[in-house]
Amino acid sequence: MVEWTDFERATIQDIFSKIDYDVVGPAALSRCLVVYPWTQRYFGGFGNLYNAAAIISNPMVANHGKVVLRGLERAVKNMDNIKETYAELSVLHSEKLHVDPDNFRLLADCLTVVVAAQMGGAFTGDVQAAFQKFLAVVVSSLGRQYH
Amino acid sequence: MLSKREKEVIAEIWERLTPVAEDIGSDALLRMFASYPGTKTYFSHLDISSGSSHLLLHGKKIVLAIAEGAKDISQLTVTLAPLQTLHAYQLRIDPTNFKLFSHCMLVTLACHMGDDFTPVIHAAMDKFLSAFAAVLAEKYR
Repeated sequence: MVEWTDFERATIQDIFSKIDYDVVGPAALSRCLVVYPWTQRYFGGFGNLYNAAAIISNPMVANHGKVVLRGLERAVKNMDNIKETYAELSVLHSEKLHVDPDNFRLLADCLTVVVAAQMGGAFTGDVQAAFQKFLAVVVSSLGRQYH
Repeated sequence: MLSKREKEVIAEIWERLTPVAEDIGSDALLRMFASYPGTKTYFSHLDISSGSSHLLLHGKKIVLAIAEGAKDISQLTVTLAPLQTLHAYQLRIDPTNFKLFSHCMLVTLACHMGDDFTPVIHAAMDKFLSAFAAVLAEKYR
């Protein structure tokens, strides 16, 4: 089981209570598709991903970004049970979506950058470490059911 | 691969960061030490606590080297030749750590630039830092 310090718990709850999921989700996903263009391979049915402007204004990308962030909220609400919380999603990503688990880390990094840009100086090294630890647990849980 | 426009943007950003090299550099290092404690093992001979003169000096050194490389990205191998030797034969920092530092530098830039750190700039910066790290490790073996 993951051990969370009081600081880490408080930090995660604080960050997620402050961000607008409908802004951060789309921003993180579109950033991922721009910065790591090979991730676009999973979004063939999403229409125009031709350049950064197209990706950032694409409504299907935006929608899916919101889906992802809302999915992340489940881990925020179940920090002591993240592995179990994502068992089904892990199977889905492996068996049905066939997503290389490395991509979870790429999206996590983009989410970190988006939150950092929003929080500015408040996103200190310690806050970053807590946020990244949380995302690392999420990433690991999503990759857990692959075989 | 960096386009001509991307190289210009990168050069311009690092030129603007040169006056605050100390702040940017030490911020990135502190983030790296907090998130990746293993990286501290390379600094056992220095005081790397927040605000220490060692940390500020070292952060400044790194940022100025990156800024120098950014001035003419097509000449990275020439510009970085002395640093390549230093890292390969003396420092021998495991190159995985370059990735960790680069990531923390991106976060520092995001905090510093806010909305100006657009996805396009983020992509260009990531490519530049990856190229920089690759050149730095070239003489390792």
